[in-house]
Amino acid sequence: MTEAQPVRVVLVDDHSMFRSGVRAELAADSGVEIVGEAGGVGEAVAVIGRTKPDVVLLDVHMPDGGGKAVLEQVKDQDVRFLALSVSDAAEDVIGVIRAGARGYVTKTISGPDLGAAVRRVKDGDAVFSPRLAGFVLDAFTRPESSRELDPELDQLTQREREVLRLLARGYAYKEIASRLFISVKTVETHVSSVLRKLQLSNRYELSRWATDRRLV
Amino acid sequence: MQLAAPPPRLYRAADGRVVAGVAQGLANHLAVKPLYVRIAFAVLATFNGFGIVVYLALWAVIPQEPVAADAPRRPRRRAVERGTVLALVAVAAGGLLLSRGVPILGNNILLVPLLLAGAGLAVLWSQADKDQRDRWRRISLFETEPTTRRSVAIIRFVGGAILVAAGVASFLLLSGTLSAARDGLVAGVAVLAGLALLTAPLWWRLVADLTQERRERIRSQERADLAAHLHDSVLQTLALIQRHSDEPREVARLARGQERELRTWLYRPEDREESKFAAALEAVAGEVEDAYVVQVESVVVGDAEVDDRLGAVVQATREALVNAAKHAGVGTISLYAEVEPAEVTVFVRDRGAGFDPELVDEDRHGVRGSIVGRMERHGGEATIRSVVGAGTEVELSMDRSTT
Repeated sequence: MTEAQPVRVVLVDDHSMFRSGVRAELAADSGVEIVGEAGGVGEAVAVIGRTKPDVVLLDVHMPDGGGKAVLEQVKDQDVRFLALSVSDAAEDVIGVIRAGARGYVTKTISGPDLGAAVRRVKDGDAVFSPRLAGFVLDAFTRPESSRELDPELDQLTQREREVLRLLARGYAYKEIASRLFISVKTVETHVSSVLRKLQLSNRYELSRWATDRRLV
Repeated sequence: MQLAAPPPRLYRAADGRVVAGVAQGLANHLAVKPLYVRIAFAVLATFNGFGIVVYLALWAVIPQEPVAADAPRRPRRRAVERGTVLALVAVAAGGLLLSRGVPILGNNILLVPLLLAGAGLAVLWSQADKDQRDRWRRISLFETEPTTRRSVAIIRFVGGAILVAAGVASFLLLSGTLSAARDGLVAGVAVLAGLALLTAPLWWRLVADLTQERRERIRSQERADLAAHLHDSVLQTLALIQRHSDEPREVARLARGQERELRTWLYRPEDREESKFAAALEAVAGEVEDAYVVQVESVVVGDAEVDDRLGAVVQATREALVNAAKHAGVGTISLYAEVEPAEVTVFVRDRGAGFDPELVDEDRHGVRGSIVGRMERHGGEATIRSVVGAGTEVELSMDRSTT
């Protein structure tokens, strides 16, 4: 086989029905291999430590602190996280991204799209759902009068804004690239830099969303 | 043989009471007019305040007439009775003072402190009245009760206590036994402080238990709300889905509609206003989802009050969504709207069949009139990009700067 090694994935979700659904959908994708499953925070930490996966598909809402708790407990390991949730609430999405996840997709995502997202996260890029892109635009366009803005972290460049707008409009990376006359790699760089700002910025809206996170 | 009715018990009246219902209750029991009883009390009161003492004693001893909890509180006939009673009280007081000889401050200096203390006690005891206590308990358990009542209760309590303290203090002062009482007072305070310290854990636990109980009550209330909501919506929809299990379109429509509804209920920010642009767009998206069994992925950035022009944008968006749902032949439509200070932009995009805009008949009313025409009439712009086989995107923009 000339094909590169498949991406090793651990699936963390407290609903076993959902896990088996994802497993079935990803089975069609030869580039992804599910090496472990976990139904809770403690189990997830153990499975991730044992299997050393490339990517963890992480449910946002779980008992005992949810996906955020898993992120906090395996912070030091070389593993990337893609958050998966039915919730569209800003505090859930932003909360899990700021805790360290490299992307966020909703559970309605199709099998092929999920496979592509997993590979993208494995390569160190970010994955934004349209809604996440919308949240970021919203948070970064709101005027912040209370204090000085750090242009490095608290503001988006014009190009980043354009990329996010197209993401929010439902464009795929390739479509964005051809639309803006840039390479896909450049699109990925822009999105990763937005992710970094999203994780590190002190903008009020972001920290509010990240801390107000409610558990359902 | 007929069973004898139980002997009527003497109760303080709940209805028609003026102070504590003693006179009214006695009158009910003796089957006479309450006015006569009140006159009797007033007359007795002129004998060194004997009537007042009797009244207070009866108040303490006679139980409150039981009232069904759910019985509507009948308004007390206060307006009529109060005048009479005030008059009687005035007569009694006058008689009392006369029998003692005016001026009060001259030969009966102790009367004032006594009256003061008595008034304070009356206020305090009225608080301890059973229905008052019930009301207190209700107030402390449910914060939905107007808090003014609680503050009124506190004011009355404090006021009563001050009256009593003032009465006692001036009594001691006037009767010259203040210094003797002071020693006793110090001892008494010491004992009380000791008692308070001893029982502090008990009180503390009592308060904690109450708080805990209240919190649990609130929680179970929330759970009940949630259960009611799930029952009204989700369970009904699930039942419908089972009935339509052989019609995939219908199932998809039901599931999507329910998902949207539940999502709104769970995640919608509480401060969102329904009259705003974002809400209007999402409502339109929901209508289209329901009518055409498609999924509209809507993302709205920023928000604004809907005016004439934004209303036109909402309607044009609706038309664009309908077109995509009808002609694109795909299950998902992306809707993106951004509200900026200077303009509002909306994108409706599908990855469906697409069409050649050059070949669209002039009579395709949807695009010409409802989208382009509508936007232009209101000073906006509509651009339609479509590639056969790759989908369609409708871009609507509306200037907001001029008003």
